[in-house]
Amino acid sequence: MIKKISNISDQGIICDFGDEVNKEINKKVITLFNSLRKEKNKGKLDEILNIVPSYNKLAVQFDLRKTNSKKIKDLVLNINTKNNELTANVKKWIFPICYDDEFALDLKDLSKNLKIVREELIEEHLKTEFYTYMIGFMPGHPYMGDLDKKLFSSRLKTPRIKVPAGSVAIAEKFCIVYPYESPGGWNIIGRTNIKLFDTKNPINPCLLNPGDVVSFKRVNKKEI
Amino acid sequence: MILKILRPGIFTTFQDKGRFNVQYMGISPGGCMDYGLFHLNNKLLNNDENTGLIEFAYQGPELLLEDGRIKFAITGDVYFKIKSKTKKEIIGVPNRTYELNKGEIIDILATKNSVYGYLGFEGGIKLESFYSSISSQVRSGIGPNNGKKIEKDYKIFLKQESSTTTNTILDNFKLEKKSIFNVIEGPQINYFSENSKKEFFSKSFKVTNQTDRMGMRLVGSPLENIKSSNISSEAIIKGAIQVPGDGNPIILLNDHQTTGGYPKIASVISSDLDCLVQTIPSKDIFFKKISVDEAENLFHLYLDAINALSKKIKKID
Repeated sequence: MIKKISNISDQGIICDFGDEVNKEINKKVITLFNSLRKEKNKGKLDEILNIVPSYNKLAVQFDLRKTNSKKIKDLVLNINTKNNELTANVKKWIFPICYDDEFALDLKDLSKNLKIVREELIEEHLKTEFYTYMIGFMPGHPYMGDLDKKLFSSRLKTPRIKVPAGSVAIAEKFCIVYPYESPGGWNIIGRTNIKLFDTKNPINPCLLNPGDVVSFKRVNKKEI
Repeated sequence: MILKILRPGIFTTFQDKGRFNVQYMGISPGGCMDYGLFHLNNKLLNNDENTGLIEFAYQGPELLLEDGRIKFAITGDVYFKIKSKTKKEIIGVPNRTYELNKGEIIDILATKNSVYGYLGFEGGIKLESFYSSISSQVRSGIGPNNGKKIEKDYKIFLKQESSTTTNTILDNFKLEKKSIFNVIEGPQINYFSENSKKEFFSKSFKVTNQTDRMGMRLVGSPLENIKSSNISSEAIIKGAIQVPGDGNPIILLNDHQTTGGYPKIASVISSDLDCLVQTIPSKDIFFKKISVDEAENLFHLYLDAINALSKKIKKID
């Protein structure tokens, strides 16, 4: 399953599951992530400081006072992953989205560059059932896929200094939602009012988990 | 016991050891930049080892004690004064404790030839924690007061009054200074040309003023990427040295983004990070490659050194 394990720091290792970015590989990452988290939730693995899944890798940061790279590599290779696969209890979410011009800052250019009429582009986005590969960059920020090939686009040449919170954006085969106002270089196609991260909810502040499924429902401006 | 901020300073935040096991939600660990100084501060005050305190960079805050009698310590290489309307002002000595009475002011003017300093209080500060940490994360709005930097007129509530008139001091303490930092190879070292690898481990890099709690930007002879200047995003850990398309390395620090898509040539070892973050802009630094085993040994030696320092703390008669 793991192709290679290397040190990412003297207090961290990274398990490589392959070069490609696809759901099949990501599900293996999430299975290992869930297995380690399950042990941790039992109060074990006190020496682990962070377990971080990404598209096709899993990183483990550990406390050098209590353990070292070799021990963590052994632990990761020998952990029981049975029954920790992503299964039917995957959560499904529907996010409202408004594609009005004032929110969809890059939809016009995108339509021109991709040579797809605006409505067709929107239809294609609405049709896609997105899989959450990972949360990263900032709190609650999801990386979701996969868009149909005809919607593949590159990032903006010059990233925006400020992207409004709730902006829904695409690049390559992925779709993201900006939880906060932040800098960003993705093509913005709409706006949602979904709160992806809530510090006032200490039990479960982050709405999405890796593996969750998200689709969008079109609404008008007043509803968001 | 209430302190009022008369002047906030340049980048003043609340910090403890950091927030762990939540990086998968997009929350980076944060926490004190210089663990050694953080640890020393709490030891001087006889506090629990993870008691939250105030971190400042370059120019620190000016605070007025509105009420009560408290004990504080400032650690680092710091120039500060203790002032009041009635008494003559005194130049403070860092790395010792002081009592402060109602109406007196702590004025932290500057860190000397270093970046970070710490202001801690006996018993600690009353703060709400989030995932077991009070660390402020300005960029993501996490921590006390929505993670904001400490602002003018903000009030800080302390947990206790000064418990004894006796003070403590660590004599002859000096911040370690060095220009050669140990690193281990990064996962994408082979993205760089042989010549660039050689240069990375032999030539100097200048610390730029685009350096903060998130990362330290360096300039030097640009590193040549022979594979791709983008990778599929993967987790980041403090100390990682990533190299974007322009070839200038960035060392990622406590408030780093949780995942990143630039290749990582190397990673500064844990025991060198405290010294690294105290390096001021315009200084030249070098990188020396060592093995993971060596890095682990150096880490334990560093912890021993920190603990040995605490044992040298004396009471002031």
